[in-house]
Formats: sequence, C-alpha cells, structure tokens
Amino acid sequence: MDFPIFHLDFFGDRLLIAVIAVIHVIINHGLAVGFLPLITLMEYRGYKATQNGFPEWEKWDKLAYKFMFVAFVITTTIGALTGVGIWFSAALISPASIGSLIRIFFLAWFIEWIIFMLEVIFIMIYFLTWKKSNKDLATKKKHIIAGAALSVFSWLTMAIIVGILGFMMNSGSWIEQKSLLTGFTNPMYLPQLAFRTPMAFVMAGSVAFFLTFLFLRNDFEFKKIVLKNIAYWMFIWTPHVFFAGIYYYSLIPDLMLTNLPVAVATQAFQQWYDSLLYYLIAAIIVSMISTIWFSLKPKRVPVFAAIIPILVIIITMGTFERIREFVRKPFVLEDYMYSNQLLLDDYKIFQNDGVLKHATYTSTPEVTKDNMLEAGKNVFDITCSRCHTHHNVNSVVRKFEKLFSPNGEPLDKQKMKDYIPVMHKGRYYMPPFPGNEKETEALVEYILSIQKTNVNIPGAQVNGVQISPLHKK
Amino acid sequence: MFAQSQPIPRDIPLPLPLPEWFLISVLIISFLVHILFVNLMVGGTFLTLLLEIAGIKNPRYNKLAKAIEATVTVNKSLAIVAGVAPLLGINTVYTIYFYSANALTGYAWISVIPLVIIAFLLLYLHKYTWEKCENKKIFHISIISEAFLLFLFIPLIFLSNVNLMLFPEDWASVKGFFSTLLMGNVIPRYLHFLAGTLAVNGLFFFWYFGREKYSVEEHLPGFTKEELKKSAYKLTFYVTLSQLVFGTLNFFTLPWKAVNWTLAYVFITGIIIAAVAMFFIWQELKSGISGKRFTLVAILISVTVLFMGMGRHIYRSNAISPHKKLVEERTEEYQKCGLN
Repeated sequence: MDFPIFHLDFFGDRLLIAVIAVIHVIINHGLAVGFLPLITLMEYRGYKATQNGFPEWEKWDKLAYKFMFVAFVITTTIGALTGVGIWFSAALISPASIGSLIRIFFLAWFIEWIIFMLEVIFIMIYFLTWKKSNKDLATKKKHIIAGAALSVFSWLTMAIIVGILGFMMNSGSWIEQKSLLTGFTNPMYLPQLAFRTPMAFVMAGSVAFFLTFLFLRNDFEFKKIVLKNIAYWMFIWTPHVFFAGIYYYSLIPDLMLTNLPVAVATQAFQQWYDSLLYYLIAAIIVSMISTIWFSLKPKRVPVFAAIIPILVIIITMGTFERIREFVRKPFVLEDYMYSNQLLLDDYKIFQNDGVLKHATYTSTPEVTKDNMLEAGKNVFDITCSRCHTHHNVNSVVRKFEKLFSPNGEPLDKQKMKDYIPVMHKGRYYMPPFPGNEKETEALVEYILSIQKTNVNIPGAQVNGVQISPLHKK
Repeated sequence: MFAQSQPIPRDIPLPLPLPEWFLISVLIISFLVHILFVNLMVGGTFLTLLLEIAGIKNPRYNKLAKAIEATVTVNKSLAIVAGVAPLLGINTVYTIYFYSANALTGYAWISVIPLVIIAFLLLYLHKYTWEKCENKKIFHISIISEAFLLFLFIPLIFLSNVNLMLFPEDWASVKGFFSTLLMGNVIPRYLHFLAGTLAVNGLFFFWYFGREKYSVEEHLPGFTKEELKKSAYKLTFYVTLSQLVFGTLNFFTLPWKAVNWTLAYVFITGIIIAAVAMFFIWQELKSGISGKRFTLVAILISVTVLFMGMGRHIYRSNAISPHKKLVEERTEEYQKCGLN
C-alpha cells in the first residue's frame, strides 16, 4: 500500500518469483554447490593417476574440464543472473517484505556478497587457468586446491541464504529480540541446510551421469570407470538425502501446529505434505536404480535415459520449495507480515479505518455509494493481488465460483460478504481480510462485476498510479 | 508537463541495520567498482565488434578483437558480482524510492534479467566460435553485434530507474518504462555514461597491453606495444575531451531542484583533476609514449570518478531530502495513531 503495485494479471505475481527462484536453485545446487566438489575430485583422481604413472590421467582431466566448461558457462550466466533476478522480482512483487528482510539480514547478505565475490573470482581462476595448470604437478596441485576453495565458497553462499529462507518459515525468537542473530538461528535453519547439502550432491551426481554419457560416447572402457566412480558418490550421498529429508519432513507438522489448529489443517496442505514424501521416496528409488543401472550396464543406456534422474530430482526439489512456500503461509515473514504485505500489527487499525484510508496509492480513500466498483478494484489491488489474478492463474473469480457457483451461475453477493471476513478460519493459509465492512462490500461488488468479463488488468507498470488525496502534497 | 503533487508513503517500520553514513559509503564505493566493470564490459564489447569488422580487411585486427574479448568475459562476471553490493545498499537506504521506480517500470525492470542472460550467452557463443566461424564472418559479427545492442539498451533501464526514484512528483505521471525516458535527464546521463565507457577502456587497455609480462609480439603479431598503448591513450584522451560536451550537457539538464553550489564545486573539482590527467596524457602522446606517468594518470582519473560519484550522491540526497522528511513525518504520525 506504500509502493506502486506491480501486477501480472495473467501468470500471477507469485509465478514470476517461483520460476526465477526454482531455476536458480536448480543451477546453484546441481551445477555449483554439488558439482564443483565433484569436478575437483575428478581432477584430483587424474592427478593421483599421474603421480602413480597411470596413463588415463589425461582422460580424467579432459572430462573434468568439459564438466567445468558446462558449469562455468551456465553458472556465470543463467545462475548468476537468476540470483539477481530473485532480488529484482521480489522488489516488484513483495517490496515491503524484501525491504524488511534486507533491514534484518543486511549483514548476512553483505557477508554473503563477499563470499560470492570470492566464489566468482575462484571460479574464473579455476576454469581459466585449467589448461595452464597441466604444465607440471606442482601447478596442478595448486589448481586442485583452488577447486577445493571454490567448492567451500560455493557451499557457504548457500549456507547463508538458507538462514534467511528458514527465517521466512519460522522466525523463532526474532519477534521478541529483533536481532540478526535471533533471526539467523531460527529453528528451520539447520534442518534445511542438512537436507539441501546432500541433495545438491545427488543432483550434481545425476548431472555428472548425463554429461558422462554425452561426452564419452565411444570410449566404453573409460566411461565404465567414470560411471562407477560417480556411482560411489551417489551411494554415499543418497542415504543422507533420505534421512535428512525425513527429518525435515517430520519437522513440518510441528512448525504448522505452532500456527495452525489441527482441526483446520487443510486438505491442500495435507496433499502437498504427502506429495513431498512420495517425491522424496521416488527420487531416492530412481536415483538408486539409475546409479546401479548406469554403472553396471553402461552400454545399454541411451543418453536420454540419463536425463530421467535429473528430472525426478528437479521435481522433488520443486516440491520441496513449494512446501517451504506453503508452510510459511499466511505469512511472508512469520508472525510479522502477511503474504499481502500488510503487518500483523496494522490489522486492528485497518479493520477499523479500512485499508484505503491508509493506502498511499488509491483513487478512492474511502468507499462511497458512487465509487463502489472503483474502490473495490483498489481493495483488490491492495489486499488480494499479491496472490490472485482476476481471471487467470489463481483467479479470484474462479476461487469464489468453486465455492459458491460450481456451474458458473452468478455469484451470491450475501454469501461472499459473509465468507470474506471469516475465510481465514476455514483456509488458514489465507491472511485474514484486512479491510472494514464497507470495503468488504466494495470488493464483493467488484468481483461480481468482473465475473463475466475476461479482461486482464495489469498493475502500475502499465497503468501507472493514482495518489490518494489524503497522502499527497 | 508533469503533475506536481507527490505521494507521501510510510517507510518500513524497521530501523536501518547500520549507520546511514556507512551504508551510503558502501553504496557510493561499491557502485563505482561496479560501474568500472560495466564500463569495461560494454566498451570492451564495442571494441571487439569494431575490431572484428576491421579484421575483415586486415586480419591482424581479429587477434586484437579476440584478446579484448577475453577480458570482456571476465569483466562481465565481475560487473555482476560487484553490482550486488550497490543493489543491496540502494535497497536498504532508499527502499521507498528505488522500489517505487522499479514497480513503475516493472516490465522493463524485470526484463533486465533475461536480456543480460542472453547478452552473456551471446558473448560466450562468440568467444568460443572464432575458429568455427572463420568462413562465416558476417554470422560471427552478428553475434557480437546483438550482444552489444543489448548492452546498449540495458543501461537505459537502470538509468531510467535511478533517475525516476529522485522525482516522486513525477511518479503519478508515469505510464510504463518508455514514458520515463524523457523525465529528468536520462538521455544526457546515458550519453555521458557511454563516453565514459570508452575512456575507461582506453586506460584499461593501456595497462593491459602495456604490462611487462604481456608479450605483444607473441599474442598479437603485426602490432607493437607502443602502437597499442598510443591507440589506447588516444581513445581515453579524445573521448574524455568529448565529455566536455556530454558532461556539461548532463549537468545543465539536471532538474534544478537539487542543484546547489556544493554540487557544482564537487563537479568542478573533478573536472579540474581530469584536466590535469588529460594534460599528462597529451604530453606523453606528443613526446612518445613511455607510460611513466600512467600510475599518476590512473590515480587522477580514479579521483575524478570518485568526485563524480560523490556529486551523484549529493544530487540524489538534495533531490530526495525534502520528500524524505515528509515520509518520516507520516510514518511517525501513523505509528502514533497505531499506538493510541
């Protein structure tokens, strides 16, 4: 309400952040955090072979370099930019929450930036000096140490960000003390980190399987050796994913129960919650079967089959992120700010005065008989548009039709008016409606008026803003 | 032309995480580091393109283009990583202003991400296909041209945002990104930036090719070290002279609401220091390049850039201060009403 409202009325705002963030997580985990140590180990394998006088060292080195080429190009383009993209999209969609998070976690982000800088410097040193490092063993050794340092920095950047993600799910004792340390040491921090770390290693292993099939099409002997080594890697880390995943999974109900009475635990949550377990088990099974198959019968594996474990792990990771997002609802910052960007503490004032009176950007500072639809649109923008579109993804109209007019008949005004003030009790993941009675009525009138239209109404990025006469000078 | 009433929003009710002066220092210094690498990336791409075109007739330029491009792909990563700190700084100190400008230019703002990704991928494609495209020159040149065109466009989005955030009185007049390009002085700032880009590259390549351990004979047959250093110095010299036009235009098109004598003194000091640096370059160009005064020139130019960065901040601070007070008043008033 204090920022111009950016709104995507087709895809919905949440999808923009979700797409950017999921691409970033996949690249960060699968091609950086997990992949860089694996590449360094492969290079080390070649180095050891040279020391022992084995001729295959060059093959190890060349393959590790090719893996690194893929990691380098993707992480320094799509990976780095989607990381920045999370900031950009959050600024557009959740300015109040990202603005608050930055004030709480500035130091954490600042330290993360320094580590990120080191990571980028080391990734360039590691990749760009690879060929030169082959001139003698001493240089090679230094190069491998650079790879190990790069792996550590890469993991550290993730370890810091996970603290902030955990905070969004459960703010722990921050509400009382409001310090960086209490925010950072939230109860979900270590469980998430314990899960993400081996998950990243397993994702990297499945990427390595695929790339091995891609790059070593004709050298069967060497391919077999490489696949066996990646299989060892997978055998080490897959059980960790399982146990850490189950641990994380078991903590979610506790987390939800702190917010949510069991009686109103929603079906939607239960479905998502169950799906995490199914996907986790599926990922483990697919990962183990493919590991055994790829390492024992590499000749019979077509390249496309090697994509399957990657896809399954990506879907599992996506579900994990989706659950994480679900668990934090109805808050964007637990016990402090709702997903609609409004503060818990402000609700009393808003429910009494109305949100429009305090909104900076509205053409109607209060609801009158003459401005009912326009005011309803403004209420929709302020209170609903962070999660809902008019007619498309997560459409507000479809949501009401599902409840009150499954056959598309005109919506019932009275039912909607009765429902909105109490919807939070039935659907805990929805924030309580922050407006007053008049605004509820205006919102209902507005939704009724658009039920049979099918127009996309974008936000401030196209239509600009109107300043409330109460808040301009 | 534009509406004069300005919105008075409430600020985020959490204190700044560190003293404001510290955050602003981080913002100014880290921005200058970021913009240095952006300059090297944009200008380096332009030089690569020009030299590859020149290489059609004279193949020795191809090697030079390749050598320059090798620096661009490194500098572009440093530009991104160095950009995170000023982004964090501006988000923290100017939350209300920056996010409001972002939202009002939302499509363009978010398009920065895919556009930069495409530009970077094009750069890599170009870098790793020199041999493969030896007989497909036009195609190869078109790859770097596209990357360069993207690099030309993207700064406009940033400039439109950092400009728009200074003028809350214009926010209600904005209807999308393109409507912001004529507000404030986006275009003169853009021209000033582009010229600066080339000047910085001249200085950078003077150092890069002039290093003792860089063997021009080995890497760039057909060139001599002196020739490259002279060309690089000439580039810096003439483009910096052109800043007399672009810089002056930039200054005089700044909306006057935030111009004061302090700002003028800071800019004039920066210009004088730059003039001294240009004098040294001119002397060396006249008497044959030695590079003896390069370190001094680089320091002087860096000090000039620091002054320009400070001037930029003074202008921003002057432009926003009165509005910031109103925001503080409203935030306090609201909090009091909440407490009652």
